[in-house]
Amino acid sequence: MDYKALGLVAGIEIHQQLDTKEKLFCHCPTALRETAEHNGEFSRYLRATVSEMGEIDRAAKEEMKSNRMFRYYTYDTTCLVENDEEPPAPLNDEALAVCLTIAKMFSMTPVPQVHTMRKLVIDGSNTSGFQRTALVAFNGALPDGGQIETICLEEEAAQRVKDEVFSLDRLGIPLVEITTAPCMHTPEEVEQVAGYIGMVLRSTGKVKRGLGTIRQDVNISIASGARVEIKGVQELDLIAEVVRREVQRQQNLLSIRDELVKRGASVDAAGGTDVTALFKDTKSAVLKKAKKIHAIVLKGFAGLVGREIQPERRLGSEMSDYAKKCGVGGIFHTDELPAYGVTAEEVAQLRSHMHAVEPDCVVIVAGASEKQAACAIGQVITRAMIACSDRPVPEETRKMLETGSTAYMRPLPGAARMYPETDVLPVLIDDNRWAGVEIPELLTARAERFSAEYGIEKNYALQLASSDKLPLFEQSVKEGIRPKLAAFTILSTTTELRRDGVDIAKIPEQAYLDTWHAVQDGKAAKEAIPEIFRSIAGGSTFTEALAKLAPSVSRDELETIVRKIIAERKDFVAQKGMGALGPLMGVVMKEVRGSVDGRVVSEILRKEIAAVSGGK
Amino acid sequence: MDKKGVYITERDRMAVIKLDSGYNIGVPPVSCTLISRAAPVTPQQPQIVQDDKLPTLAIVSTGGTIASRIDYRTGSVTSQFNAADILTAIPELKEIANYRTIPLATILSENMTPPIWQELARAIFHEIKGGARGIIVTHGTDTMAYSAAAISFMVDSPVPIVFVGSQRSADRPSSDNAMNAVCAAAAATSDLGEVAVVMHGTTNDDACAIHRGTRVRKMHTSRRDAFRSLGTEPIGTVEYPSRKVTLTPDAVRRGTREPALHDALDPHCALVQFFPGMSANLLKAYDGYHGLVIAGTGLGHTSTTLIPVLKQLADNGTLIVMTSQCMHGRVCDRVYDTGRDLLDAGIIEGGDTLPEVALVKLMWVLANAPDRKTAVGMMQDCLKGECTRRSTHGL
Repeated sequence: MDYKALGLVAGIEIHQQLDTKEKLFCHCPTALRETAEHNGEFSRYLRATVSEMGEIDRAAKEEMKSNRMFRYYTYDTTCLVENDEEPPAPLNDEALAVCLTIAKMFSMTPVPQVHTMRKLVIDGSNTSGFQRTALVAFNGALPDGGQIETICLEEEAAQRVKDEVFSLDRLGIPLVEITTAPCMHTPEEVEQVAGYIGMVLRSTGKVKRGLGTIRQDVNISIASGARVEIKGVQELDLIAEVVRREVQRQQNLLSIRDELVKRGASVDAAGGTDVTALFKDTKSAVLKKAKKIHAIVLKGFAGLVGREIQPERRLGSEMSDYAKKCGVGGIFHTDELPAYGVTAEEVAQLRSHMHAVEPDCVVIVAGASEKQAACAIGQVITRAMIACSDRPVPEETRKMLETGSTAYMRPLPGAARMYPETDVLPVLIDDNRWAGVEIPELLTARAERFSAEYGIEKNYALQLASSDKLPLFEQSVKEGIRPKLAAFTILSTTTELRRDGVDIAKIPEQAYLDTWHAVQDGKAAKEAIPEIFRSIAGGSTFTEALAKLAPSVSRDELETIVRKIIAERKDFVAQKGMGALGPLMGVVMKEVRGSVDGRVVSEILRKEIAAVSGGK
Repeated sequence: MDKKGVYITERDRMAVIKLDSGYNIGVPPVSCTLISRAAPVTPQQPQIVQDDKLPTLAIVSTGGTIASRIDYRTGSVTSQFNAADILTAIPELKEIANYRTIPLATILSENMTPPIWQELARAIFHEIKGGARGIIVTHGTDTMAYSAAAISFMVDSPVPIVFVGSQRSADRPSSDNAMNAVCAAAAATSDLGEVAVVMHGTTNDDACAIHRGTRVRKMHTSRRDAFRSLGTEPIGTVEYPSRKVTLTPDAVRRGTREPALHDALDPHCALVQFFPGMSANLLKAYDGYHGLVIAGTGLGHTSTTLIPVLKQLADNGTLIVMTSQCMHGRVCDRVYDTGRDLLDAGIIEGGDTLPEVALVKLMWVLANAPDRKTAVGMMQDCLKGECTRRSTHGL
């Protein structure tokens, strides 16, 4: 596909958690917890507030359509700040320092004075109803000529446990948000830039690692489409696919619109019709449960509501997402009926009741109340009108689904959602502070160095440089461990063990070092490393694991030892010939501390003595 | 680097600029160039439609964070809203009652004074006479308990007088202002017939506690459930969002009292907390005061070295009332020698009255009692639930 011809324009926002000692606005540790460890709960409502400009943000308004009660889990590692029961502490200076380092790595210009803002978010993920965020620097450069617009320091939101339940351990962990200019024009370019920025972030050694610690949001539009922000792409490999699928979605929405216009399609804006009575004897579980069922005729929409616009997504899915904002489970439309317990007879009745003719599609929603049903059908009408309008691709915030398709979340937020966080004082970044910010070596540069200095293959070296075990590798080299041994263990051995289901995280870094030393000192065979690690991950100490397993000497090494012992007793062996086997057996067994099978020692000794004494 | 934005204000010698993205940044003022002047924004005048069939409540606003918004001049939260704005911000209130709004003051509650308490008492009395079914007073939380106590003594009311505020500023989506206000309105239309503080009962948004105006204290700097009834249980609860009001048998019921206003106060009174090593000179500074409340230690003590000065003050006409900094429990100056000596010096025991409440009561008693002897008697009587005759409630 010729993305340039389609006018693809994309930018990304990268959110990366920082590995600081404390959270951004309180003194709690940045520790993630198991939800089972929570030690308390509380519940709250959130309501949109009017900004100082007198407006309510459109994204916030959308969330307000259903008045939901949120529950929050607390831990012994969270405090009243996360509970929104205490004013925030001053901006964490360690986090600001990391942010400035990153800014300098992208040649950005810092703002003279950092002001913390409140960004309205009332989906429950922030107990306060806003996310604290501060613009720290502008105008960065990417190597291929791309541009970074801003870097912001933000607090991480609470993790959703399920539905309206959130876990407070993650709330308040510092994040940097890096926003690029809309400077990318192909899906691959987006993936490349995201990869590069991620590499720069990891180069600081101050960012968190693992799934969920970095998230990409992608802004995408094509000519005559609209800007859409897709949130929460966690895996880099998916980013290009997300872009491709969004382009596909926008193209399909444009062609559906053309078809609708051709058909003279229309939507009655007046509202839905109460059709509850039509379904009073229905077999459909959803409709049976509903207090009110509303319907609307979409004139000329037949076949198009059910048309696929992305894998597993139809125009109907978009309408359904809109309706869900009112708290309903979804919608039914005649493009997909009869199904879900709704019979052909019921569909015919519905169509006739609604005066729908063949080219029309009827949509119904089932609500728990009159208000909910009316709200949901109103949302369907809104979305249907957009579909046949001049701008059939609405500006939206969407969330990524597992495969790379997306679902509607809310309208794009406007500037009205930002207002000052008055409880946090501004922070000055003077010339001295900026001049004192040191830039760490890029991981790519480090990889080249490893490759040159230690003879490690280039790809391997880059993996090593990006690994969270990099500090361990550097320490091992400092302690005289062979770089290749350390690199192999870190990259290959542990990966294999992990695939085998071994909990690698349970192996302390000191155990890696102890094991390598044991191997280099001949106390353990290189081949024994996986077994030793397996044992440690299972709960043994290093010493126990070594004692238990220690097939400490490989055959190669045993041969070397035997040769050495024979060489030291050259005369004795020459004199006694095979008769030296008995006495030397004892010497070798002592050297290998009895950790080698005696038959193997005997076999090797016999061979080596024969070689030296000429078989005498 | 060129950036366009809206100049907001100058603070700490930096110009605060709002960028198109909504972010503010601070830059040196000399680096700014005027492009054009922003058109002045005229604030929207809220239109309120009321339902005549509902009871009428009077909302007297004094300021505080139940009604605050961001001040662009300083970038900080200040009290600016009038009571009408509250109805716009909290639409559920319209389902409960009709409202008359009386903007009495727009102050932060630390700036409250006895003369404003008097104005408040008069305004409330006026509304009661005018037929209000209940009164809601919006108030900053810092000194809300003092004001509630003051109104308890100054106004005899057949209808509920409910004080309400918020602990988390009204400009945040998580503010407790809306739920507190809704619960306050429910309490103000209920069968209650006394002065109360209605605020969050727990950290959850599930129920507000109704506290007696003379037994309530702010016990936490920032939590939503900072207000607690001391030495007694709350006199009721309001569930949220159902707005179901439950009153204890102890709560004074609507219509029990005839309306009356006794708005005189003697502001020449003080409250002083005793501490180990306190200098007698500190107490001498209160010479000439008409009343002095001491928050003593334990059962109601000061060091013996202070007793001569206290005696001198008492002899010179200062009415001295002993309370305890323990907050819980009653004073008893008959157990230890120090206590007996304090009584001999002319000090009056304040029972289990809270120190701040004793201060407000003393101001009121000194201005309303015909003579000193009556004043002493009134200080020892329980007038508006400020003290109890039996200690039925522990910590």
